[in-house]
Amino acid sequence: MRPDFWAMGGYGLYVWPSYGLFALVLVWNIGAALRSHTRMRAAAERRLRMAAAEGSASSSRTDAS
Amino acid sequence: MATWTWFHKLASPPHFYRIAGKLLPWFAVPAVLSLAVGLYGGLVAAPADYQQGDAFRIVYVHAPAAWVSLMCYTTMAVAAAVGLVWRMKLAHALAAATAPIGASFTALCLATGSLWGKPMWGTWWEWDARLTSQLIMFFLYLGYMALRSAYDDLTRADRASGVLAVIGVVNVPIIHYSVYWWSTLHQGATVVRKGGPAMPPSMLVPLLLCFLGFTLLYAALATVRVRAEVLRRERLPTWLETSEGVSRAS
Repeated sequence: MRPDFWAMGGYGLYVWPSYGLFALVLVWNIGAALRSHTRMRAAAERRLRMAAAEGSASSSRTDAS
Repeated sequence: MATWTWFHKLASPPHFYRIAGKLLPWFAVPAVLSLAVGLYGGLVAAPADYQQGDAFRIVYVHAPAAWVSLMCYTTMAVAAAVGLVWRMKLAHALAAATAPIGASFTALCLATGSLWGKPMWGTWWEWDARLTSQLIMFFLYLGYMALRSAYDDLTRADRASGVLAVIGVVNVPIIHYSVYWWSTLHQGATVVRKGGPAMPPSMLVPLLLCFLGFTLLYAALATVRVRAEVLRRERLPTWLETSEGVSRAS
């Protein structure tokens, strides 16, 4: 590693925040994408369970969808 | 004919959901690898620039963020247009999935540009053509997302926001050519230019890896988000393999 790695030749104040913001955007994107999928999946499973319960409650109806 | 059948099958929600799930590691793993090598190369291995010193290292996050911000907008607009013309739900799902990713990279591009501008130009911000048109794109993303959230009905949200996405695409070439059309503080292209890249390989190779890594990162993020959007659009996804096995609701 270069000796002035952290100082970045005097530009550390500009270089490191740039990479910090990238890390922030990266972490936010991964978290938000996974959260959105987990939420939508839970909601879909809930709808399926409700439809299944409704279907077994009224035996005359065979098609819940 | 066979291609059309294949396309139709892929566009069906169960197939798309499953295939997208299988594709995810093929985007995510190379994304992590190319970003790790690219950022190491940019921060550590590449020599300092003879004019800009170590400040030029901001390019390794700034330029790929700019590229992804433009690629996302174009993807969003094309997908929205396909969704509007052919009433294809999956296309609208892709547009909706792309918007927040694009907005975040536009913000990153603007912020890192500001951090680069201060030591090089002596100012955090200048109302010049490149910077202003990029800021307008950020507002277009925000407008697209705000418009979507204003509707309860997903079909209407897709249509209204889709129109905005398509109209806003005129801004994409303006951003790209702004540095040639108007006098601007922003430098011109470094990599794709007449006479080849204006960089030695020790600087260029890490930059290309960062471009690749950011692009694959978008692909991985969009894959996860578009799967969520597919589930949002399916009232009863009876094909979904739940924790209790395949649903028996049908």
